[in-house]
Amino acid sequence: MFSKTIMGALAGAAALALSAGAASAQQKLKVGFIYVGPVGDHGWSYQHDQGRKAVEKAFGDKVETTYVESVPEADSERAIEQLARTGHGLIFTTSFGFMEPTLKVAKKYPNIKFEHATGFKRAPNLSTYAAKFHEGRYIIGQIAGKMTKSGTIGYVGAFPIPEVISGINSYFLGAQSVNPNVKIKVVWANSWYDPAKEGDAAKALLDQGVDVIAQHTDSPAPIQAAEARGKFGFGQASDMERFAPKAQLTAIVDNWSDYYVARTKAVLDGTWKSEDTWGGLAAHMVVMSPYKNMPDDVKKMAEETEAAIKSGKVNPFKCPVIGQDGKEIECKGNGALSDEQILGMNFYVKGIEDKIPQ
Amino acid sequence: MRFELTPRTTVSPVARALAPVAAFITAFLIAGVVIWLMGRSPIAAFDVYVLQPLSDPWSLQELLVKATPLMLIAIGLSYCFRANLWNIGAEGQYVIGAVFGGWLALRTHGTDAGAWVLPAMLLLGIIGGALYGLIPAFLKIRFGVNEILTSLMLVYVAQLFLDYLSRGPWRDPKGFNFPQSVTFDPAATLPSIMEGSRIHWGAIFALVAIVITAIILGRTLFGYRLKLTGDAPRAARFAGFSSKATTMAVFAISGGLAGLAGIVEVSGQIGQLQPSISPGYGFTAITVAYLGRLNPVGILIAALVVALTFIGGESAQILLKLPLDLTQAFQGILLLCVLAADALVSYRIRFVTRGGGK
Amino acid sequence: MTTFEAILLTIVTASTPLLIAALGELVTERSGILNLGVEGMMAMGAACSFAAAVTFDSTLIGVAAGILAGAFMAALFALVVLGFAANQVGSGLALTIFGLGLSGLIGAPFVGSRRDPIAPIDIPGLSDIPVVGRLFFEQDLFVYASIALTILIAIYLKRTRSGLTLRSIGENHASAHGLGLPVLRVRFLAILFGGACAGLAGAYLALVYTRFWSPGMTAGRGWIALALVVFAAWRPAWVLVGAYIFGAATVLQLHAQAAQWGIPSQLLSAVPYLATIIALLLLSLRYGRAIGAPGSLGMPFVPDR
Repeated sequence: MFSKTIMGALAGAAALALSAGAASAQQKLKVGFIYVGPVGDHGWSYQHDQGRKAVEKAFGDKVETTYVESVPEADSERAIEQLARTGHGLIFTTSFGFMEPTLKVAKKYPNIKFEHATGFKRAPNLSTYAAKFHEGRYIIGQIAGKMTKSGTIGYVGAFPIPEVISGINSYFLGAQSVNPNVKIKVVWANSWYDPAKEGDAAKALLDQGVDVIAQHTDSPAPIQAAEARGKFGFGQASDMERFAPKAQLTAIVDNWSDYYVARTKAVLDGTWKSEDTWGGLAAHMVVMSPYKNMPDDVKKMAEETEAAIKSGKVNPFKCPVIGQDGKEIECKGNGALSDEQILGMNFYVKGIEDKIPQ
Repeated sequence: MRFELTPRTTVSPVARALAPVAAFITAFLIAGVVIWLMGRSPIAAFDVYVLQPLSDPWSLQELLVKATPLMLIAIGLSYCFRANLWNIGAEGQYVIGAVFGGWLALRTHGTDAGAWVLPAMLLLGIIGGALYGLIPAFLKIRFGVNEILTSLMLVYVAQLFLDYLSRGPWRDPKGFNFPQSVTFDPAATLPSIMEGSRIHWGAIFALVAIVITAIILGRTLFGYRLKLTGDAPRAARFAGFSSKATTMAVFAISGGLAGLAGIVEVSGQIGQLQPSISPGYGFTAITVAYLGRLNPVGILIAALVVALTFIGGESAQILLKLPLDLTQAFQGILLLCVLAADALVSYRIRFVTRGGGK
Repeated sequence: MTTFEAILLTIVTASTPLLIAALGELVTERSGILNLGVEGMMAMGAACSFAAAVTFDSTLIGVAAGILAGAFMAALFALVVLGFAANQVGSGLALTIFGLGLSGLIGAPFVGSRRDPIAPIDIPGLSDIPVVGRLFFEQDLFVYASIALTILIAIYLKRTRSGLTLRSIGENHASAHGLGLPVLRVRFLAILFGGACAGLAGAYLALVYTRFWSPGMTAGRGWIALALVVFAAWRPAWVLVGAYIFGAATVLQLHAQAAQWGIPSQLLSAVPYLATIIALLLLSLRYGRAIGAPGSLGMPFVPDR
């Protein structure tokens, strides 16, 4: 009896709180972000936070943004649900490992819009989005192919997941397109973020005769190692020119701002739908920073390739794509590998002598 | 002027209970000043950090969910620490427990295997953790190798092993080659206690482990032996207790419980194997064990308190936009205050003016 | 520079921060205090040294700030474990949590800044000797300092009266106190020294190794330093050996990957940890069970009268 009264009172209070939340939500849209790393990583999470700031700038008083940083993937459900419970109408979860928890919370809160980066599971209130970084990697591959004197280019990878593998392939195909005899060496740091170890990985590549390094880890340490040895490298996630003014040829910049602004606008306008977005250079989700430290003809080539990828004339994974074993990969897309094939890429192309760590 | 400590002859239970309260007040006063200096309201911070999580049924559930693995691991570690054995590798034993139990879940995936799967998984988790815990124990008693080093180093080995499995052989074949296993079948999923709640059976296991430990320590010869080995190893040897057998036993117990925590988290919370399955529970549990004075009830309370600092920290990020680093620094200060206050219970402070003491 | 020389140079850089931090912890532990807060002190050293170096545009001030930051953290630890006789394991872990958080706050405004490399000190003539020349005689100041520190600590512990005092306090604080030795004062200084070294190691990471700051950049190196003290059986010379074995394994596994042998990278990444265990196992087999921790390690001490 007593407990029933209390439950009733609690339910009433909860209802009040909910209606109050709904009322303020009409005036102000709360947009929440879950980051896997610290906002100060100057890489992946930092770029997502730039997107969050762009949303604040674009909508001013109409929105309020919140972020939770360094959320461990194994324990993220609570943080996501806490955003959902505190009146957020749109929630971005920005790492692959948040996929299942986001799906669970999205099912529980059908009126809130969710957006999950780099995953593949969707729901009526859960969209997915990612960027075609491999388009940028084709361009830097061509630059690397032209710039290398030793004929061996290098790649520091974080983990052998499809996104990184397709990046390596695209980079190598780009290099091969201008330098048929080019060779590539790959080193895995087994970490997204350990600056000292990333730097050591780059040094190991340089020691073994590599003179142009691309990286798919988040810190500026690899390109800095290249700078210290008078060799070349490419920025990753953000423009790293200030860390390596002489070594950075260009950088592949993650640009989430346009996407986040567009999706926030869709919620404000009531036009938000669950979608899968996979944009590249043309959609401005991938941006090349200025081409520097290279001869004019290489720069011209890079700019032309960039324009050609944007217009659709060049596709890094144009068929035929030959696998490591010399067999042609089945072409499931329209004249090129299909999106699914690229998103799930698990093979090296012909000419890469290494094996993918399994 | 300086102060000296003198041991108290009698320790009052009231002081024992009040010491942590005094520590909390001190820590919150320190934090309050810092937050006030930052131009925020210390009262709002206290409300969000402590009062709201403790007054909201949802957060109370989450508190228990977060505390469950901490309790399981810490209660196991208390056996080791009581025997003065430094097992700091619980994180690795947790991972291997999850790997052993998870193996069965993946083997029986899609086979309609029946109700035996879950108990068998839990048992395998305990066995896996115990075996992994026995490695440092064996190396210690057989070759005299220090357990601090081996147990810590084996953490990294276990993590890399899980990383290899979830990226390689145990990867979900339909998961676009992303590094995670299939999601476990319902038969392999630890059910929640009530419909719609996130509290799963792991919480019950933790409570059972606490009760059993209290009985063992208070009522059995083994418990007596454990205390004796820790307090006076020579006396224990004279009494005919083999310190080798004790070493093996406590490592097996703490490894087994950490392994149970691992499979419970994977099966009850995460629902699949993936490269990262712990936000450092194995290390946090060491603090929990000492915060709880290695006492079963103390560990229960300490685990809930530590869980509160995590959940309160997230709330402070979301509702007050306080940086994660600030809440983490506060967590450290709070723990230091509690440990210091705890010691003060056993000692009396005497202020001595210069020349007054020795 | 040949490949071989280059690899050796990288190994030296990777090992030096481990060596410096482990030496400090060794002195602390020899006095009977177990400070598990190395990671936190190192993180503070990295953040404060970088902040100071950028603000004042001086590497020297940065290094000083790193050392002070480590010592400050150690003083806090000393207050809790000596002043209040609190549990050392718990307090050390709490110190790590505190240090990681506070370093994040201090370093946040400096994300994105960078420092220029510091010039190696070239010992003319000697550095021209093939292979060993550049390895031994063209390193940065920290490397020389770390080697000097190893030798000095070894001499201090073995040959000096004060070192003997420190060791006997660590072995048995009750009887040392009975002999009239100032247990708490010696331990306080030993803790401060450990903190200063951890801070210096952090400064090395931020100012020499990476030359930028980022949250959590210590990435577990403080824990490795702790393990190395155990590996070395509390002897300075063996800390040097251990740090270089670990550093070498870390760097060589990356070279093994670049050499494309087709071994899973996770297995190679596990090599430094496994190598350390195996090396310790072999040492134990060779030297028997003589390896022992200081007798009073980790136990609180309260002088009675």
